[in-house]
Amino acid sequence: MVILANKTNNKEIVKVKKPSLLITNSTQKVEKDSVISTSNFNLWYGQHHALKDINLEMKEKEVTAIIGPSGCGKSTYIKALNRMVELVPIVKTSGEINYRGRNIFDTSYEVEELRTRVGMVFQKPNPFPKSIYDNIAYGPRIHGIKNKKILDEIVEKSLRGAAIWDEVKDRLNQNAFSLSGGQQQRICIARCLAIEPDVILMDEPTSALDPISTLKVEELVQGLKNNYSIIIVTHNMQQAARISDKTAFFLNGEVVEFDQTDSIFSAPKDQRTEDYISGRFG
Amino acid sequence: MKYLNDTIVMKRMKSRLTVNKVWKTIFLVATLLALLTLVILLVRIVSQGTSYLSPDFFTNFGSRFPEKAGIKAALIGSIYLMLIIAPVSMILGVGTAIYLEEYAKKNKFTSFIQMNISNLAGVPSIVFGLLGLTIFVRMLMLGKSLLAAGFTMSLLILPVIIVASQEAIRSVPKEQREASYGMGATKWQTIIRVVLPAAIPGILTGSILALSRAVGETAPLVVLGIPVILQFLPDGVLSQFTALPMQIYDWAKRPQEAFQFVASAGIIVLMFFLVIMNSIAIFIRNKFQKRY
Repeated sequence: MVILANKTNNKEIVKVKKPSLLITNSTQKVEKDSVISTSNFNLWYGQHHALKDINLEMKEKEVTAIIGPSGCGKSTYIKALNRMVELVPIVKTSGEINYRGRNIFDTSYEVEELRTRVGMVFQKPNPFPKSIYDNIAYGPRIHGIKNKKILDEIVEKSLRGAAIWDEVKDRLNQNAFSLSGGQQQRICIARCLAIEPDVILMDEPTSALDPISTLKVEELVQGLKNNYSIIIVTHNMQQAARISDKTAFFLNGEVVEFDQTDSIFSAPKDQRTEDYISGRFG
Repeated sequence: MKYLNDTIVMKRMKSRLTVNKVWKTIFLVATLLALLTLVILLVRIVSQGTSYLSPDFFTNFGSRFPEKAGIKAALIGSIYLMLIIAPVSMILGVGTAIYLEEYAKKNKFTSFIQMNISNLAGVPSIVFGLLGLTIFVRMLMLGKSLLAAGFTMSLLILPVIIVASQEAIRSVPKEQREASYGMGATKWQTIIRVVLPAAIPGILTGSILALSRAVGETAPLVVLGIPVILQFLPDGVLSQFTALPMQIYDWAKRPQEAFQFVASAGIIVLMFFLVIMNSIAIFIRNKFQKRY
């Protein structure tokens, strides 16, 4: 009984919080370019059919949230978008994921090129055990930028972009490990911005962070939306409701529902979506 | 209801504590026994050897007379030998470890290779000596040279270096690699900028410990037929040479009692050599180890 009561509360929170936040989102009604479109995409880990006939279309400069219970394939899907999923040797795929009109699984498409345009922020903050400066400069350096002045500019711009410049500008030579978890995650976001990506994938970027750091990252995502297309996987439905324009609900490797975030949360079309967002399972 | 009865618990308390004490004593005795053996060995060697440890001992070549016998040729020979073993074994060993951990697909074939490398680490050193004699001394006609002995010793410690390097590489968190790949880095860039810097303390520690094993190893040198009394220093990689353990072995087996003391002096030098190498390994581990 106690659990049930809690979950009903959750539902109320979701519903109460919605309207005020969505006004900003629904004002942008201009038709946008498609950045990533997935068609009939399937993925297997060995025998396990992890993603089944996924069809999704992500638009430019929007935040798309992917929600769903653990093991529903949402992390697998986001990792497929920059082919990180191939680091697992037994993965097989079929169907297409087109990034700006080009199939990323095409043999002529080098993963290194794809990942330069489609950056990623991971679940656990994973800075390198190097200085803050070297962390941010890592991306530009691997792409051949050696000029110190240009690197300096990229580092400052990226750190400003990730809203952490003021906190670290006096200690750029300090080891990134000396920062707090929330700061480390924003360093990782800055590091991702430094390769000037087009799309940023975020795989539960706040799940290892405290509420205040989470709030900072969420605000950051809202700001980044003006320049980047963002796809974010989250466990936290309120987070999806707060920061995303569109939401896809994954269940058992399938997309159950994909729509404007406000429609998903206020008027879900599928019974399973409604059950999930109202906290009846997952 | 309570499952733990207070009186029974208190009654058993004493015997539990006794058992605890007994085991503690057993472990302490085990430690002390090992320590005692080491101390006896050291005391004996130091008391016997120090009288022969003079500046002359380091500048004289081998001799039939214990008073004139010196360790110059063996010490220099051992240092030269190290200079060959270190680069050969580390380049091959670290290269193999990187290939197996980062590039090779995990299948039956690689796990077969892996198993054999681990087994090679347990092969007796004399077998490596025979291998070296057949391949380097005879087939490649390198003779009883520094190069032949260096290659043989490199093969001997290669498995240890490979396994230590693999472990160091494996201990670099997967998230670190993902971060690098996620920015479009190639495998090589990830290895050279992320994996190796994090793994190098472990690799160096393992390699130095393996090298110090090579310095003290005698059997392969005996099989290769390395001479013991040399009146000259090696002048190139194909030159003949002698090494510390060889020299000590020769002194120890001589009938005159005085040579036992010379052998002890040689052992002191060899041990000093090993202590220095192990200290370097510990220093590197403590100084450069990164914690995640």
